Amino acid sequence: MSLQEYKDIFHNGMWKQNTGVVQLLGMCPILAVSSSVVNGVSLGLATAVVMALSGAAIAPIRSYVPNEIRIPVFILIIAVLVTVVQYLMNAYMYGLYVVLGIFIPLIVTNCIVLARVEAFASKNPAGTSAWDGFSMGLGLTAVLAVLGAMRELLGKGTLFSGIDLALGDVAKDWVLHVIPDYKGFLLAVLPPGAFIGLGLLIAGKNWLNLRAARKRRSGALAIPIEGGCTPAAHG
Amino acid sequence: MKRIARASLQSAVNLVFFAIIGTAVLASTFFMTHDAIMKSEEKEKLKLITQIVPAPLFDNDIMQDTLSIPANALLGTEDATIAYRARLHGEPSAVVLEAVAPDGYSGKIALILAVRANGELAGVRVVAHKETPGLGDYIELLKNPWIKGFDGKSREVYKDPDWKVKKDGGQFDYMAGATITPRAVIKAVHKALVYFGENRDTLFVVNTPAPKKEKHK
Repeated sequence: MSLQEYKDIFHNGMWKQNTGVVQLLGMCPILAVSSSVVNGVSLGLATAVVMALSGAAIAPIRSYVPNEIRIPVFILIIAVLVTVVQYLMNAYMYGLYVVLGIFIPLIVTNCIVLARVEAFASKNPAGTSAWDGFSMGLGLTAVLAVLGAMRELLGKGTLFSGIDLALGDVAKDWVLHVIPDYKGFLLAVLPPGAFIGLGLLIAGKNWLNLRAARKRRSGALAIPIEGGCTPAAHG
Repeated sequence: MKRIARASLQSAVNLVFFAIIGTAVLASTFFMTHDAIMKSEEKEKLKLITQIVPAPLFDNDIMQDTLSIPANALLGTEDATIAYRARLHGEPSAVVLEAVAPDGYSGKIALILAVRANGELAGVRVVAHKETPGLGDYIELLKNPWIKGFDGKSREVYKDPDWKVKKDGGQFDYMAGATITPRAVIKAVHKALVYFGENRDTLFVVNTPAPKKEKHK
């Protein structure tokens, strides 16, 4: 497996096929836990860990699982991994476990996990599958972080509130009160804020893509010799 | 026909095989994390309890001195709950009760309250609620000191009709825009005090520690 391939997988997960703003899979946790950065990032990382583990666990057994029962077997494995993660969080990150609540077990039903296992891990070796799952999860985490930051900043005027739940009491003073004496903006905290925020993110990503494509095209026109070499099908 | 039977048998064997492996992994994780989970849950609960029962008020092992209370209408509970008893030099000083306000703006509000032996509230905290963020959530201490208004109150300080928000002719503050929430909390706290008054004697009876209720969420 070449380095370039790993890079491509990573780029795919973080940007080109981002679960949060391109594939639009796993909307339920995206909308529900993105009310603050810490919540979003925590669930995103938990999902990334589960995805990496499930990729690594399923890829090596892919040739032994009969095609007809592969979905139940995959779900079984994913459910086991999620429950293991849940136990570990309950034991060692109790505060966070309470905050994320039902959304930890719900990682099982997050279609992005099964989607990557089915689309990638069932056809590729363990190492790349784990990397693919992790990259996809990291892409989701990035979206959750940005969306969480937007909503937290607008809704409560803070950043990283609740970080002590994730990192223990040492982090208690790390909360940034960006806007002092902020009265709060309820819409951003409530679910509609999540929909509007996610819409803006998708629009922003599309705009960046379009801009990059346009630049490439105008670049191609200006310097035809070099432009001719750039593969146009990359967008 | 025979081929189909064999194929499905094979699938079944396959599934069972994976189920066994999965169960084994889960069981071992469970046993590995069980103690740590119990410990962190207990620690969290103790943290909450010491918030509302000041440390100088007790010298016993409060987590072990428990009493199981059956579901009770005055407490608003639908399952048995555990009361923690605080004692100082062997004398009862306070009891920690769980109560539920069933009529919050969006459902139940779970409370934990500490009542001193003389019927005075040592403290009240909201454990879980679904009130509107930014409006009804000032019952959380993190958001607002409102809940501390209960400290030191008893049914002697405020007579029964005074256990209402000021808008309804009572003694308690509230915030414009969200009166249903404090109404529910005040009512629940008051009823819990009535419960305490009726059961004061049995609440402090020394007994062998109640078997700890296992909580699986």
